[in-house]
Amino acid sequence: MTAPAFSASASPVVSLRNVEKSHRTSGGATYVLRRITIDVAPGEFVTIMGPSGAGKSTLLAILGMLDAEFTGEYFLRGHPVHAMKHEQRRALAREHIGFVFQQYHLLDELTVAENLHVPLDYRGIGKSERASRVADILDRFNMVGKKDLYPRQLSGGQQQLVGIARAVIGEPSLILADEPTGNLHSAQAREIMELFARLNAAGTTIVQVTHSDENARFGHRTIHLKDGWME
Amino acid sequence: MTTSTSTAASPYVATNADSLIRMRGIKKVFVTDEVETHALVDVHLDVQQGEFVAISGPSGCGKTTLLSILGLLDAPSDGEYRLANEAVSDLTPFERARVRNRQIGFIFQAFNLIGDLTVYENVELPLTYRTGDAALDPAERKRRVIDALERVGMSHRTNHYPAQLSGGQQQRVAVARAVAGEPAILLADEPTGNLDSQNGEAVMSLLQELHKGGATICMVTHDPRYAEFADRSVHLFDGRVVDDTAVARAV
Repeated sequence: MTAPAFSASASPVVSLRNVEKSHRTSGGATYVLRRITIDVAPGEFVTIMGPSGAGKSTLLAILGMLDAEFTGEYFLRGHPVHAMKHEQRRALAREHIGFVFQQYHLLDELTVAENLHVPLDYRGIGKSERASRVADILDRFNMVGKKDLYPRQLSGGQQQLVGIARAVIGEPSLILADEPTGNLHSAQAREIMELFARLNAAGTTIVQVTHSDENARFGHRTIHLKDGWME
Repeated sequence: MTTSTSTAASPYVATNADSLIRMRGIKKVFVTDEVETHALVDVHLDVQQGEFVAISGPSGCGKTTLLSILGLLDAPSDGEYRLANEAVSDLTPFERARVRNRQIGFIFQAFNLIGDLTVYENVELPLTYRTGDAALDPAERKRRVIDALERVGMSHRTNHYPAQLSGGQQQRVAVARAVAGEPAILLADEPTGNLDSQNGEAVMSLLQELHKGGATICMVTHDPRYAEFADRSVHLFDGRVVDDTAVARAV
């Protein structure tokens, strides 16, 4: 039994209060999320599971501020996301959140190193600082030899490594991962999960959506969603 | 021109020295575990300004390799490639990237939009990689992004995220990203591969419209239905161009 690397008493990174999301339909409203109340402590690694259509991806999109159409309250490090305008949310998301996608979302016409520059360009970080951060992350992820290759020259597992490096390079307080190993075979998937575990042990807060029980074991706790409700 | 090449090797090569794309004797050999694979054997290809060319052939024929070389993502093992009258076959990777960023717009099968950037930011992204002489001031950048989104009918979705759009809409945003750089040529790699037939045809119509507006387009596709949207069809087999014909179209 490993000791939890987080302090449940510290003020939460994420705090959701009665978050709900619905779509208007001809017969009234169809709820995608109902009365979601969650706190995520600094350094915690939380897994969200549930059948397709349970609302997992919607919840992750709200956490990542990709979806602002919800009711209830969402505080990120104490900032009231629910009360913000688009530009404020963009700035807050850029500062605090790193996203990892199932399909990697790398740009095929950019090299590994150039792909890693992308989030820094959107954070207004100076040129020399950007170059040193990219060099640093390539080193940490053992990818120096691959920096000038294009995504299509890499395996799926290597592409996801780049995807995670891109999420981490902005030094976010929260990493959101949507089925990060969904396109990988099991050996590559395990490597990716071990990397998440190391990042978490070093202090990064992580929320992942997954179908895999094996991946869920890397987290501290699991939240089960069904038909939009927490079970 | 200092090199004389064996243009007689292929009956499909036009002799226009001002071709936007001019390939002579392009070869590509991959070596894995000491086994040589000849992906491209001897490709001669000319593309003129304003053409819409479909490159097709069975899987393994070399079409993706050819597109990578056309797009300066990869260098040929041998042969000569001139793009807009600049010899580009022997450039360093850094120089290749510079030419690519200015001259080429890519459209990929998987759209390659970044999920946590808005539609606007996704289109703007390649423009932010222009430095030195090619750097754009913020006002010009903005004009190009808005203009590109208008051309594909997506200017009302600038603050949306990719996940909030349909597949067809995402591909239109990807097309806007490719045209925003005002490239000399658009390269499309199976642009309809992830779309249903209705959205696929909509994207093809969009490419046709861009073509009518003057864009030069090379598109790789394995689907003959979509090849018909182009006005010229180049067929690859075993690493060679085996057929190169104008597409007949009912008026």
